[in-house]
Order: sequence, then C-alpha cells, then structure tokens
Amino acid sequence: MPTSYKVLPGPEHFLPPSAASMGIRLPDPGQAHIHGTIVTEEEAMEQAARQFLSAKVPTIFPGPLVLWAWNEKAAHKAKAVRHLYETIKESVTPSQQAMLIPMPDYRPKYPKINPEIEINPNHPNLTIWHNKIDACMFVGVHCHQANLSLKIIRGGTNCYTIAMCAQAGHEDAMLSIRDATADKILRLADWVKKLKGSVPPPA
Amino acid sequence: MAGQPSPIGQKNKKGQVYTDPWKMMNEAERTPSFFTGSEVIKEAIRRASCDVMIAYPITPQSEAAALIGELFAEGYIGDYFRGESEFAVMSQCAGAAFGGARVFTTTAGPGTMRAMENFPMWAGARLPIQMIVTCRGINSPLSIQPDTLEISYLMQTGMLVWHAETAQDFYDWILKGYMVSEEPDVHLPLALCCDGFFVTHTKDMVDLTPVDMCLPPYDPYRSPVPCMDMECPPVRMMRDPFVMKSNYISYATHASWQQEVWAAVERSRKHAIRWLDGLIDTENTDTDVLVVASGTAVSQSREAIAMLEDEGIQVGLVKVKTLRPWPGEEIREATKHAKHIIVPEFNVAGWLAREVKATIPNNERVHAGPHVCGGMTMPPEIIAAEVKTVLGIKAPSLAGRGG
Repeated sequence: MPTSYKVLPGPEHFLPPSAASMGIRLPDPGQAHIHGTIVTEEEAMEQAARQFLSAKVPTIFPGPLVLWAWNEKAAHKAKAVRHLYETIKESVTPSQQAMLIPMPDYRPKYPKINPEIEINPNHPNLTIWHNKIDACMFVGVHCHQANLSLKIIRGGTNCYTIAMCAQAGHEDAMLSIRDATADKILRLADWVKKLKGSVPPPA
Repeated sequence: MAGQPSPIGQKNKKGQVYTDPWKMMNEAERTPSFFTGSEVIKEAIRRASCDVMIAYPITPQSEAAALIGELFAEGYIGDYFRGESEFAVMSQCAGAAFGGARVFTTTAGPGTMRAMENFPMWAGARLPIQMIVTCRGINSPLSIQPDTLEISYLMQTGMLVWHAETAQDFYDWILKGYMVSEEPDVHLPLALCCDGFFVTHTKDMVDLTPVDMCLPPYDPYRSPVPCMDMECPPVRMMRDPFVMKSNYISYATHASWQQEVWAAVERSRKHAIRWLDGLIDTENTDTDVLVVASGTAVSQSREAIAMLEDEGIQVGLVKVKTLRPWPGEEIREATKHAKHIIVPEFNVAGWLAREVKATIPNNERVHAGPHVCGGMTMPPEIIAAEVKTVLGIKAPSLAGRGG
C-alpha cells in the first residue's frame, strides 16, 4: 500500500501511531530502510554513520542479546558493538560526546530508572532527555521491546533512532538494518571511520 | 540471540524429515485422500512438529481433539492432555508457549467465548499458538449447529484470524499458519476458523503432503520477547506498573504495547500474501454484481453464481481468506467496478458486511445478506434471489418450500 507517511524524528504526537499501521513495510533480506523507504544496506550504513558523526550525543543502546554471553555469536557481536563505540568516540570532535548506555533487562523499575546508567523500554525517553541524546542505535534488544522504545522515543523526543536488528528490522526506527551480525556492525564502524572528518559536526 | 542450527534434513523420532516448509507445501508431491475435516486436522498436525496439544471436548471440534490424542499415542506430539475447561486449556496453552513450545489447540462456540480473556493475553504476550475454531452457535438457547458469530469477537483480540472455506484450505493453512505466525516480526497467535460441521464433519478430497515430511521445529530464540523471563512483562503481569500504577508513563507504555501487537498483525500481511497466494481470491471482478464472502458462504456463493450464469446473469466473487490482517486494499481494488456487493453470512450480526462497508467508498453498494444462523443451511437459491432483487429481477421466494 503506498503511503506518504515518513518515520522522522519527533516529538511526533501524544500517542504516535505505529509505523506499520501507517503503511510502512519492513525491508526484505539484503535491504534496509531509511525513514520508511526501502534502500540498499550500504546506503543505510552510510546514513547511519553520518547520523553518528553529526550528532551531539551519538549513543549506542546494547540490549540483553549482546550484553550476555549466551553463545559465541553473542560474544562476537558484543565485541563488535564495543568496537563501533570506540570508533565513534575516536571519530567525533571534542564537542561531541559518544555514549554507550545499556538496556540490561526489561523489568519495569519504579519510581524510575537511573538515566545516567541505563535505559528501559517502558520509558526510554527519560534516558534520552536526561543525556540530551540526539542520535542512538539499538542493538541486541528483543524486537518487541525495541519497537516499544522506538515508538515512545519518536513520540516524545527529537532523537534520531537507528535499529541494528538480528531479525526482520524495525519500521518504528528512522533507519533500520536487518539480519545483524558482528560483521555488519564492524562494517558500520568502517563507514564511520571512512566518513570521519567529512561530516560537519553539530553547530 | 542467534537462531539454533538449522534442523532441515534431520529426522525426528518418528523418522519424518524436517523439510524446508516452502518446498514441503509447494513442491512436494501430494497424495489425494478422502477425509473429513476433523481427520484433515489430524493429518496436518501429524506433519506440524507440535510440542504440545491441549484439549477440551466441545462439539464440533471434539473429534479433531480426540484424533490428535491418537497422534500423541503414536508419538507425533510431545505432550497432550485435557484441561479442566476451555479457560484452563487456553491458559495452559499460554504456559506451554511461554516455555518455548509449538502449541496447538481446538475449540468452538461457547468454548471460544468462555476462554475469551486469554486471547488478547496471548496476543499481548506475543505467543504464536495456533487455535482451530470450528464455529457453532454461541447464544441461548443452546445450539451446536454452524454459526460464525464467534469470529466477530476474535477479530478484536489482536490474534491473526483466517477463515477456511474447505478441508483443503484447512490442511494447508494449519501448516502455513505456523510459518506466518512464528515469523519474529509477527509472532502472534492464529485463530484458524471454519464453519463447524460443514467442514469438520463432511468428507472431501484433500491433497496431502508426504507423511515422511514435517515442518522444522519452532525456534524460540527468534521470539520478539524473552522466552519465559519471570522478571519481565509479558510473563510477569501482576505487581507491575502496567497493572498497578496510575501515571502517564504506565498508560503510554501499555498503549504502545497494544499498538505493537496490531503492528505485528499488519506485518503478517506480507507473509500471509506469500504463503496464501494473496489475502483474497477473485473471479470475474469486472461484473456489475459481486459476492464477497468468507468460509462456507464462499462455496454456497459459487453454486449461486453458477445457477445465475445459466440464466445469463454474470456475477463475480471475492473470497476473503484472512480477516486479520484485513485485506482492505485488495477489497477496494476488487470491488471498484461493482455496482452491487452482496455479502452472504452464516451469522445474525453481519460482521463481514460491516467490515466491507468500512473499507470501500460508496458503501451503499453493500447489501448485507442473506444471513442465516443457528445451524440453518444457506441454499444457493437465496443468494441468487438476493442478486436478482438488487438487479430488479423478480425472484421466487423459498419461504414456502415444502408447503
């Protein structure tokens, strides 16, 4: 179904619609999406790298699927995420602050989480607001919880969201890559390195 | 977490080979067999690599439930037992699915209604349980006869809802249903409905896939929610803020959660289109009069359309295969030339006509009916009469038959 809806940074609405309900469809294997438009994976890699390099607080949110050494693949992926973070940190200017904030689990925590040290899928906006995060990437978060977070972030913040998904991708993110592996995360780090110095830092 | 190593090509304990589902359903040789709908359910489940089936007797699904007990005795199913009631069965299905099992159950009519609280819970918990619903009357006075009113309740639960016309649909869709509902971007329960007795208790020729092939087992590591995590929703329900707290964040989280369930229904669209070869089937949609129907009403409509053709009246047909996801775009396209749209249904409420009316422009074109319910058959003559009436052709009444 053709749609004019675009998945863009918010704040969008008191209760924004899910992107799927607005006609946004997930990419097929080998594809990715930017703002709901299907693109090649390489285009998405480049755009994600540009977002990291142009953000004031580029942040990675690793979830339980990479934070815990479930198996060899998870351990490799965790190392790749760490490498991506280090690459971003080395590639941005001193006025930018790269962050790595974990989503260690999905337990609702009340009265509230400590946004200095973690992010929670039930109120991810608290961490975004507190740290003034303007570009973030989810990786290793279960798809349902990632979608909750991505939609709430789009609803209430102006943060640019990227989803590096091990399954079918996320239409509620502004940019999503699917079937994520450690190699794909390393390729994204290569893109960050390649574009270092060529993307204007934030004003 | 990464998926488990592929089991394709390996054998299960019964000697069946775990087969690529697309090859099994679309390329493997089929054997024509003469079976009742209930027997067809058994044969599909024999090939479905189910871990758990939970049963409770209620007509007209009891025979299928009992036949699957035989499968358990033969060693084709991991576990099988009878629950204390339909409510208990559906709760026990949830427990098994939370634990990472491929789960199957069957119910009907008042059983569906009794268990209703569980269905939005299944969907909210993203449990890809498959439930066969052999529809029957639900209201007092008691009727065990065919009636599809219960489907209208299921359509708002967040489950996938498909409506099979024939035993062949049933066989194929049970197996394909698991493939759609277990996709990680979908991962929702499926209510696979048919009209009780008309499909379950009549014999038909059904082309079966080879008995030595079966679906690969369910891979819980592809689930979009953690498997059996007692600390987190959806497994941990009580004492959590969605239930017990009153503040904006709790409400917003719950609202987003609900939206995500319906987003998953939307995502099932592309998988269902691939596996079912479209969400609708169409015939002759360039005619002035179209019949839009689901389930057994499709078969009766075919008969009516053939009768009308003999009289020189051309009528097209839209068979609606999936109710959730709702094929709105497809129905808009298929009905764009129609001046009159007839929607025959086996229920008193006319839920399909309401859905069609809410979907298309100029919905005064929709004629809700004919309706039968409470176990009545729908003679093709009354569909033909409805067509003639909207065309201004005098049609004989069937009301005096036998008089």
